[in-house]
Amino acid sequence: MSELPKARIATASLAGCFGCHMAILDIDERLIELMQLVDVDRSPLTDKKRFTTRCDIGIIEGGCCNEENVHVLYDFRRNCDVLIALGQCAIMGGLPAMRNAIMHSDAPLRECLEEAYITGKYIRNTTHNVPNDPALPLLLDEVYPCSEVVEIDYQIPGCAPSGDIIFDTLAKLLTGKFRGFEREMIKFD
Amino acid sequence: MDNGQACTNGLSSTACDVSAVPGEEIAAICKAFGNDKHRMLDILRTVQDRYHCISPSTMDRVATETGLSRIQVEGVASFYSFLSLSPKGRITIRLCDDIVDRYAGLAEVTAAFEQVLGIRVGETSPDRAFSLEYTPCIGMCDQAPAAMINDVVLTRLTADTARAAAEALKAGLTPEHLVSERFSDLTPHERANRMVDNNVRHAGEVLLGPVPEDAGLNKAAAMMPAQIVTAIEDSGLRGCGGAGFTTGRKWRFAAGERAERRFILCNADEGEPGTFKDRVLLSERPHLLIEGMTIAARAVGASEGILYLRGEYVYLRELVEQVLEERRRRGLLGKDILGVRGFDFDIRLQLGAGAYICGEEGALISSCEGLPGEPKTRPPFPVNRGYLGHPTVVNNVETFCHAARILDRGAGWFHAMGTEGSHGTKLFSICGDCLNPGIYELPYGHSVREILEMAGGQDAAAVQVGGPSGAMIARDSFHRKLTFDDLATGGAIIVFNGERNILEIVEYYMSFFVHESCGYCTPCRVGNVFLQKAIGKFRKGLANPEDIEYLKELSGTIIETSRCGLGMTSPNPILTTLKNFPLVYSALTKPNKDGIRDTFDIQSAIDGARKIAKRRSYIFDRDFTQ
Repeated sequence: MSELPKARIATASLAGCFGCHMAILDIDERLIELMQLVDVDRSPLTDKKRFTTRCDIGIIEGGCCNEENVHVLYDFRRNCDVLIALGQCAIMGGLPAMRNAIMHSDAPLRECLEEAYITGKYIRNTTHNVPNDPALPLLLDEVYPCSEVVEIDYQIPGCAPSGDIIFDTLAKLLTGKFRGFEREMIKFD
Repeated sequence: MDNGQACTNGLSSTACDVSAVPGEEIAAICKAFGNDKHRMLDILRTVQDRYHCISPSTMDRVATETGLSRIQVEGVASFYSFLSLSPKGRITIRLCDDIVDRYAGLAEVTAAFEQVLGIRVGETSPDRAFSLEYTPCIGMCDQAPAAMINDVVLTRLTADTARAAAEALKAGLTPEHLVSERFSDLTPHERANRMVDNNVRHAGEVLLGPVPEDAGLNKAAAMMPAQIVTAIEDSGLRGCGGAGFTTGRKWRFAAGERAERRFILCNADEGEPGTFKDRVLLSERPHLLIEGMTIAARAVGASEGILYLRGEYVYLRELVEQVLEERRRRGLLGKDILGVRGFDFDIRLQLGAGAYICGEEGALISSCEGLPGEPKTRPPFPVNRGYLGHPTVVNNVETFCHAARILDRGAGWFHAMGTEGSHGTKLFSICGDCLNPGIYELPYGHSVREILEMAGGQDAAAVQVGGPSGAMIARDSFHRKLTFDDLATGGAIIVFNGERNILEIVEYYMSFFVHESCGYCTPCRVGNVFLQKAIGKFRKGLANPEDIEYLKELSGTIIETSRCGLGMTSPNPILTTLKNFPLVYSALTKPNKDGIRDTFDIQSAIDGARKIAKRRSYIFDRDFTQ
């Protein structure tokens, strides 16, 4: 009895809300089916912080809003054969990219931080400082979609994408049958 | 009265005396234009000329006088580049920033002005004496580099002449004085000729050869309107502005519409970079143009006309006004023209204010109506419902001139010239890297190579036919013919020799379209910015082979989904160079080896945060841990 070697998958959540990872769990009991095809390496789901081996598929939730996001994304690109952007934040920047709309300002990032921590109407911040712990990664000037930082092979749209589209796409990619999305899968109205 | 809240351009509010303009003076300007909201562009131009700024209080007053809301007035004031919401100098110097001017030494000219005036491009001097600006093509490519100094045009500038002009202005001389010490003694025609050369290199049979005065109009006056339309149809005349719609059909549609009022509009908004034929016709054959418009009026039953002159050609205003006045005096405009009862027609001159898009006929009509120059949804077409909802014929300057000649010499005479489908002659404005830039009137059907030989441009490596919205062709296409069916052009032929950087030219043209997009529809407003950025990537050597596909795909989307001709043609500099100069692009692409984008620069992306946090990055500045 010969068993096919299992594919290895890694996932990461960058500047997202973790909703796309919750959507991965929406695969429900088909997770069992999926786990017969794959092993999960680096991922919040396994709590593995580093790659233990090269992976076949990397799944990225969220875009890049800080230097650590870029660092993780570079790591994924170097260690995964196929990279998937999962959900609108990874594909387009999503909600975090709203800060890119602070235009006509000489210092948009400073303006954003000051409003968030000091001047905003509903802020309760007794220190009156912008947090600056050395452990905090530096923010980028803008929020970038993943495809502007590295090459992305596939994009699964949705906010969050449904469990069905995630399962369907992974199952087809793993068997080499992926030919694009069914129209019904990406019709949201 | 509001105390100078418009003064945001780095000037203290005390320096801005604009808000001190008494409301009564603004009211008087509005009254001079009948408090008519459709004359908004004239009202605001007058305010700008007189006070060098359109302040918030001014806009409030204009709104009150014309019965509009403030935001409607501001919509117009902020749309046109010659109108300014912040104070400008008493003398505004606009340097023509076309690619041809750049290759002709614009940088040295700019440096001279900046040095003498002590301000940079985009700035106004603290004493509000001077503003220095760049502006897209002002139609002087055959005598570049050129500049507009208020209403005066200077051409063939060099570092020395620029410095001399700037010094003279600084010493207090008027811009007119730069043209001639006896400027006020000169006739409008002499003034125009002192400022700008017409450079007619080859006069053809129809327009620039000998033209008998009003011969066409005399014949038209004796004809039935329907016969005039038939004559124009039989001649095969097609619009000379670029699109090439059959003129006779346009007139027939407008004549066939049931209406009380009809309008004849002349499109003299010659904004396509590299095109300057209408400028030459306006100064060489102004009577022929008005004659053509008058004939059109008789043909379609219009009694009102508008000549829309681009703001950059303001130096021709007096000349045109004088011609109109003279024709009114001679009974060639006004009531019962040539004694024919009921043949009434008069023309008003509408000056534009620096917007390329107004050359699009819908946008031109909007602009004449006193609105921002935004294109209109089609249908209805202007011939059905145009200016103020009335049937309107919009034709190019050259088209009207041809029409007048056709009436004189007959449809057969005109039809026999040129090629099948492209009848008659055409004015070609040739500029760039050639010995004899200027105007060539030739029958349709000459090859690009023949024209290059005439103009002394034999060492051309690339020719932009029809301006940026046309096609850039390479040597292997110089056999192609200038006709509507092969290489169509509104007249522009820009020659580039082998030393010019094709992608620099393409990037310039894309920045032109980004600047001139009216912003109404997203594909054009946003898509052109993306195209410009993508070309920038190629120029920096950061492009991958897939980026070529991206250019094609995005261009296709913009063409397919834009609302008017601007977006439908703006990707042409990219598409035609991709097709005709593929090696230029492929030489600059390299495949990406590790999947990391070279265009994303982490160091510049975190630089702002580094400064705010006052610390180095622990990930990307490892060697400098603190």
